[in-house]
Amino acid sequence: MEKKTLFDKIWEKHLVHEEEGKPTLLYIDLHLIHEVTSPQAFEGLRESKRMVRKPNLTFATMDHNVPTINRHNIDDPISAQQIDTLVKNCEQFGIKLFDLNSPYQGIVHVIGPEQGLTKPGMTIVCGDSHTSTHGAFGSLAFGIGTSEVEHVLATQCLWQVKPKTFEVKVDGMRPKGVTAKDIILSIIGNIGTAGATGHVIEYRGDAISSLSMEQRMTICNMSIEGGARAGMISPDNTTFEYLRNKPNMENIDNEIEEWKKLKSDDEAVFDRSLRLDASKMSPQVSWGTSPGMVSGIDNKVPNPKNIEDPVKRKSIEDALKYMGIKADMSISDIKLDTVFIGSCTNSRIEDLVAASKIFKGKKVASNINAIVVPGSQLVKYQAEKLGLDKIFKDAGCEWRESGCSMCLAMNPDKLSPGERCASTSNRNFEGRQGKGGRTHLVSPIMAAAAAINGRFIDVREYDIDWEDY
Amino acid sequence: MEQFINFSSKVMPLDSANVDTDQIIPKQFLKRIERTGFGEFLFFDWRFNDDGSPNKNFVLNKDEYKGSKILLAQDNFGCGSSREHAPWALRDYGFKVIISSSFADIFYNNSFKNGILPIVVEPDLLSNFFKFSVNDSSYELYIDLTNQKMKDLDNEYSFELDPFRKKCLLEGLDDIALTMIHSDKIDTFEKEYFKNT
Repeated sequence: MEKKTLFDKIWEKHLVHEEEGKPTLLYIDLHLIHEVTSPQAFEGLRESKRMVRKPNLTFATMDHNVPTINRHNIDDPISAQQIDTLVKNCEQFGIKLFDLNSPYQGIVHVIGPEQGLTKPGMTIVCGDSHTSTHGAFGSLAFGIGTSEVEHVLATQCLWQVKPKTFEVKVDGMRPKGVTAKDIILSIIGNIGTAGATGHVIEYRGDAISSLSMEQRMTICNMSIEGGARAGMISPDNTTFEYLRNKPNMENIDNEIEEWKKLKSDDEAVFDRSLRLDASKMSPQVSWGTSPGMVSGIDNKVPNPKNIEDPVKRKSIEDALKYMGIKADMSISDIKLDTVFIGSCTNSRIEDLVAASKIFKGKKVASNINAIVVPGSQLVKYQAEKLGLDKIFKDAGCEWRESGCSMCLAMNPDKLSPGERCASTSNRNFEGRQGKGGRTHLVSPIMAAAAAINGRFIDVREYDIDWEDY
Repeated sequence: MEQFINFSSKVMPLDSANVDTDQIIPKQFLKRIERTGFGEFLFFDWRFNDDGSPNKNFVLNKDEYKGSKILLAQDNFGCGSSREHAPWALRDYGFKVIISSSFADIFYNNSFKNGILPIVVEPDLLSNFFKFSVNDSSYELYIDLTNQKMKDLDNEYSFELDPFRKKCLLEGLDDIALTMIHSDKIDTFEKEYFKNT
């Protein structure tokens, strides 16, 4: 029998129509929408007098534009209009919406798994590139454009050219202080931001299977930063146990029997493979304007003079100029203004628990503004129940309501020109966190340590209980 | 969607790699609820100085390249966010073709839905196109989608393209209408797929 990868198995199960030389029509199990990339899709449906084919397979929330303080008073009239438009569209087309009054509102990629909407083996799409997050459950999940959002609403299907497969196997024992965020930043640093273009990555190996579900989400979340169409991890007992306590799991024991089949066959062939050793990794910090521009905390900023390829050299020169840092300087000499802990990459309860261990009994440096933004209202509730909000506030951090916040500066949380931020988000592009803002991507514990010290510091120097993170 | 018609145009060289969709259309312009009107915000942060005046050093503001319908960019164009506002802004501004050595997947898909043809070329050819267009702003390429060729005064260069996407561009086909042709297949699939629920 033909050996198949996890990706092949999910792809084949969702084939609606296939023709030689054409893209494939795939069935979509779960469609998530938010306020920014959906209004034109609904407008398109109205213009062409089309209906939503399966309203019960689409779920909506509002996250990108939502203020994290005083969230019911949106000052920006255009943001408010986008949010109103989503409410009206969901009403008109019969779509379930987790709005600002819902105790379950949050970042779309945080609430999907939280609400038991995300399940192994599904095809999941959303008009947001970080949809790859849901691949942590062994689903095929990827971001789409607004025309495709409209297409899924109208047909519950999507035309897709079959991507190639890419095995990224990470073995070895993760040293203390090296988190899932450091693993994925190392992977992107290794393959480059276009390294996985046209491919779906399957993350495998001991260093992956030993991760918790939330850590796996951090890994899959940033697949897009390596150019991948999607990233996925085969479901196992960790997955099943995590899902057991979620809503919509009435039939879970029968489902687990099916989910157990969702793994790549032993001799399945991937189009590409990469092997990495987690035991050799260190906490990562991005120094440039692209997520592949990363170094270990114990390293230096690279010198463009040592780069032969003229396009790469220019990219590094441009990045250093924008970031306002010098070649060959130590990463730990980079001083900061702001620390942001949040985003669909790192705003779940385990992230906040880990950050709180660093903050406990300490104070944020006087030059630093630190904000902690839970990924959802449910995460906020869990954190407050554990008293984490108090630890953050005692340390001098701001504790906010849930949303995308400073990850992308579409709401009031943004950097000023020249402001330098240690951020647990996913993109360090020019202006991503605000025009002229300078972003350094790090893990939540590296961000917390940087907040206390006012500059980057090796979090491995902290003597905390590293268990489970 | 408008049909794609073969054309000649000057070529605008944007000498940056990994141009992300946050640069193509910064977030403050994503709040519109229409598909049009994004062209004036294209590359906003690079195109305008802090005081709102045009940045004279940025290629979009150079008179000699005005009116180009072909944008040339270094590797990995369109990476990052899935925002379709990026191709909307490029289309609105007047670009019909983008040439690079690679494109990010979501951007590549989104382009075709909006009548923009992204052309992938070998790095050596890309580097030549940069040389030609930087040295001579009147350098023109003729884009012949029908025969999958780019032509200048001296040479002809062919490019690869999925035949289905080509047909959709040339005929200006609407994806949803195409899918509706297969609606019986979707019905059959759903019947089998949901039979136990």
